[in-house]
Amino acid sequence: MKKQRIVVVGNGMVGHHFIDQLASNHGDQYQIVTFGEESRLAYDRVMLTSYFTGKTADDLALTTPQSYDNQGVEFHLNQQVTAIDRESKTLNTASGQTVAYDKLILATGSFPFVPPVPGKDQPHIHVYRTLDDLDRIAHSATSSKVGVVIGGGLLGLEAANAIKQLGLQTHVVEFAPRLMAVQLDDGGGKLLRRKIEDLGVTVHTEKNTQEIVNGEECRYRMNFADGSFLETDTIVFSAGIRPQDQLARQSGLELGQRGGIVINEQCVTSDPDIYAIGECALWNNKIFGLIAPGYAMAKAAISTLNGGKAFGGKKVLFTGADMSTKLKLLGIDVASIGDAHGNTPDSQSYSFIESATGVYKKIVVSRDNKTLLGAVLVGDSADYGQWLHLVLNKIELTQPPEYLLLPEVEGAISNASAGIDALPATAQICSCYDVSKQVLCQAVADGAQDIAALKSCTSAGTGCGGCVPLVTQVLNSELTKLGVSVDNDLCRHFTHSRTELFDIIRVKQIRSFEALVSECGQGDGCEICKPAVGSMLASLWNDHILETDLVALQDTNDNFLANMQKDGTYSIVPRIPGGEITPDHLILIGEIAKEYNLYTKITGGQRIDLFGAQLHQLPPIWQKMVDAGLETGHAYGKALRTVKSCVGNSWCRYGVQDSTVMAILIEQRYRGIRSPHKVKMAVSGCARECAEAQSKDFGVIATDQGWNLYVGGNGGMRPRHADLFASDIDDATLIRYIDIILMFYVRTADRLQRTSVWMENLEGGLDYLKQVVIDDKLAINDELLAQMEHLVDTYQCEWKTTLADPQKLKRFNHFINSDKLDDNVIFTTVRAQISPTDKFDLALELATQL
Amino acid sequence: MKDLTTWVDVCRLSDIPKNTGICAEHQGKQVALFHLNTTANASSNSASKQLGASSAIKAVANYDPFGRANVLSRGLITETDQQYFVASPLLKQQFCLTTGQCQQDESISIATFVARINDGFVQLRES
Repeated sequence: MKKQRIVVVGNGMVGHHFIDQLASNHGDQYQIVTFGEESRLAYDRVMLTSYFTGKTADDLALTTPQSYDNQGVEFHLNQQVTAIDRESKTLNTASGQTVAYDKLILATGSFPFVPPVPGKDQPHIHVYRTLDDLDRIAHSATSSKVGVVIGGGLLGLEAANAIKQLGLQTHVVEFAPRLMAVQLDDGGGKLLRRKIEDLGVTVHTEKNTQEIVNGEECRYRMNFADGSFLETDTIVFSAGIRPQDQLARQSGLELGQRGGIVINEQCVTSDPDIYAIGECALWNNKIFGLIAPGYAMAKAAISTLNGGKAFGGKKVLFTGADMSTKLKLLGIDVASIGDAHGNTPDSQSYSFIESATGVYKKIVVSRDNKTLLGAVLVGDSADYGQWLHLVLNKIELTQPPEYLLLPEVEGAISNASAGIDALPATAQICSCYDVSKQVLCQAVADGAQDIAALKSCTSAGTGCGGCVPLVTQVLNSELTKLGVSVDNDLCRHFTHSRTELFDIIRVKQIRSFEALVSECGQGDGCEICKPAVGSMLASLWNDHILETDLVALQDTNDNFLANMQKDGTYSIVPRIPGGEITPDHLILIGEIAKEYNLYTKITGGQRIDLFGAQLHQLPPIWQKMVDAGLETGHAYGKALRTVKSCVGNSWCRYGVQDSTVMAILIEQRYRGIRSPHKVKMAVSGCARECAEAQSKDFGVIATDQGWNLYVGGNGGMRPRHADLFASDIDDATLIRYIDIILMFYVRTADRLQRTSVWMENLEGGLDYLKQVVIDDKLAINDELLAQMEHLVDTYQCEWKTTLADPQKLKRFNHFINSDKLDDNVIFTTVRAQISPTDKFDLALELATQL
Repeated sequence: MKDLTTWVDVCRLSDIPKNTGICAEHQGKQVALFHLNTTANASSNSASKQLGASSAIKAVANYDPFGRANVLSRGLITETDQQYFVASPLLKQQFCLTTGQCQQDESISIATFVARINDGFVQLRES
């Protein structure tokens, strides 16, 4: 049977989602062709602003030409579709192609509305929609001091953030009396304005721009209807969006009065062979300008295409969508849920204002005070997930509504888990990826038994992240039902989690494994608890890890302060802070490698690794290193490994800060600190990111004003981009934040848990971490900082200390009762260096010789 | 009856930090010796407890049959139900310090040796 030919006009987020879902689930039945007007395939428009804070176009890309090829999707970029011939079921493109379709999907999106202001068509006046727009804005910024955004809505404030990131004096001009008029009420708008003005962005409300003329101080002057004016060098229009329905209009499809392609619940337009999805579509006289409803339409369209056979035989319809949103505008949390304006008849509202910290919360409830209908949050949107869940699922409130507004009191948070079990199986938990409770329950039953696994197999919580607390509740509730006790015990010797043990060791000042066992454990320990306790004792007290009471706890590498290789020999890595090394040290390392015949390799962390040293060779090798001023690199420890850096502004013509100096400072500060797992860091001197800092546990990227700090990145098996934790901070703040986050990680992570997984499992995620670190929500920062000071002050080069202690050195011999060497260590020469000999190969060789 | 067994001194007990191992050469073989100093030992052996000693010596072959390297003396000692094992520092398979049996693979066991503590010295028995 011939495949149906599906043509998708528009390759934005929704068009791509449709293609991706169709190709991966029904690729065998359809031939998919798509046309995009932009020069790139679909990218994440929601994260557009991050383009100015270090993300590249590739980071934002949702797909690649390669994966479209693999999926069999034919794509045409830079190609405008100019006409549809519904009679012959063909369409024409600007380049003169004629393409036939069986079904046509219009996913043309929207375009920015630019009011017809005289003077609007000038070189440094832009809109804010595509990556190309962003490039144009960035280009204008290079010759500008002042920037104005026209429009104080959601996108306008995003644009203002972008302009601010580019270092311009930023103004927002809004026609309405308040910011975000659609989402916020008066109180919320006022508070938001104050917070934004605190950040140095000037807000002008009730300003109607009459004309844009040449300026005196700046490039342009905007004249307002009230006679006032504002001078600026560049302008970004963000006064709302309009559905891109031009093509539908030309081909005679039914449109709404104010535009938008009319669709029914199946997402079918007035022509049964043409569907429309996303921001260009009008359902029930409404345009849906958010991503989740767009995805829901894509799903419904696929279901329609398959005659209802898609999605497990269940017919999916589009019946409107919740327009609740939670976002961060200029670093300020803003959220709006459900009926935020109290439009429901007889509804009542309550509000809570905390002027000191700038938090505004309003809730709208039903007349009987039993159901939450909507809410507005500014300054703190931690309640978003919980409240959205109460609104969407119409959970009956168990306490008077005002309790929702009060700061968390112990014992007063019972609405939460009671609600989870009361939820129907079909209830949507993650609105970004439309994940229902039953999908989560099934995934837990199928073995996804921690939050990271659940996220990766269902995608729940990986969009805005607002639902993670709910996902966690579902997880815990399901595990309990499955009879899996939520068992955080470290191992059979301790019925406590690592975090609990850490607190016990800290509070009771425990100094040895034996003392901890008699306090709260049993038996003699195992491969799990011994190294974990060894690490915790080191993180707290920082005694030498080969001290009499501690040596028995050390795993393979820590045990001899070197990295054991497959043949029982060791590799040696001296510390090279920030990757900076003098020629003398380089020569010394080379001479040592030559003298001891060691295999030499440059590591990924800008260091040098020397392989093939036998136990008895470690002390003399280190004696030479230490004598020359080199230190141990802790390549053997669950500790800071390296701080990779680029050369920075001392040499690089693009650098904006001295990344090498900062990397050395950081490496010397945190060297040797034992943590739950290894920790990698990097410092880049500019946004080009040559040090690849976003793939590290802690990444630092220079900006014109200071540093951006990224946390929780990882390379390796499960790559993860680090999250932006703070922007444009000075040296002292940077160090302070890393101090606190690192100590908080050391204190609360599970054993062998990298920062990336720790972050994903942290209830409340990045926002929570910010509250802990920046706002000191748990009031533990002084303690964490003091602990860090202690660790920094008590640093020692473990090898230097070992060399000075004959008792410790006794262990560094292959035999205790002989000076012979291990005759099983045999090297061959490969590419002019030594290599371990595979014993089987050797045996085979000997056998054939005999 | 006179004891005809020959015991050979390997080192002083104090040369082996508690609950760690060392490697000794013994009759041309590499032997991993472990200095157990444990709660099980202390409580189950009241006689030695009274003498103030809760140490014991275990001896197995030093060769790791999985990693094919002489490294077991450098492994971590683990305990399950008062049985003691050494975990290979290479790929972490565990071997019983009393029987030599591998925990992860029934078909593999390593040689054991007879060792004792005598007057502060660790001794291996000649075979």
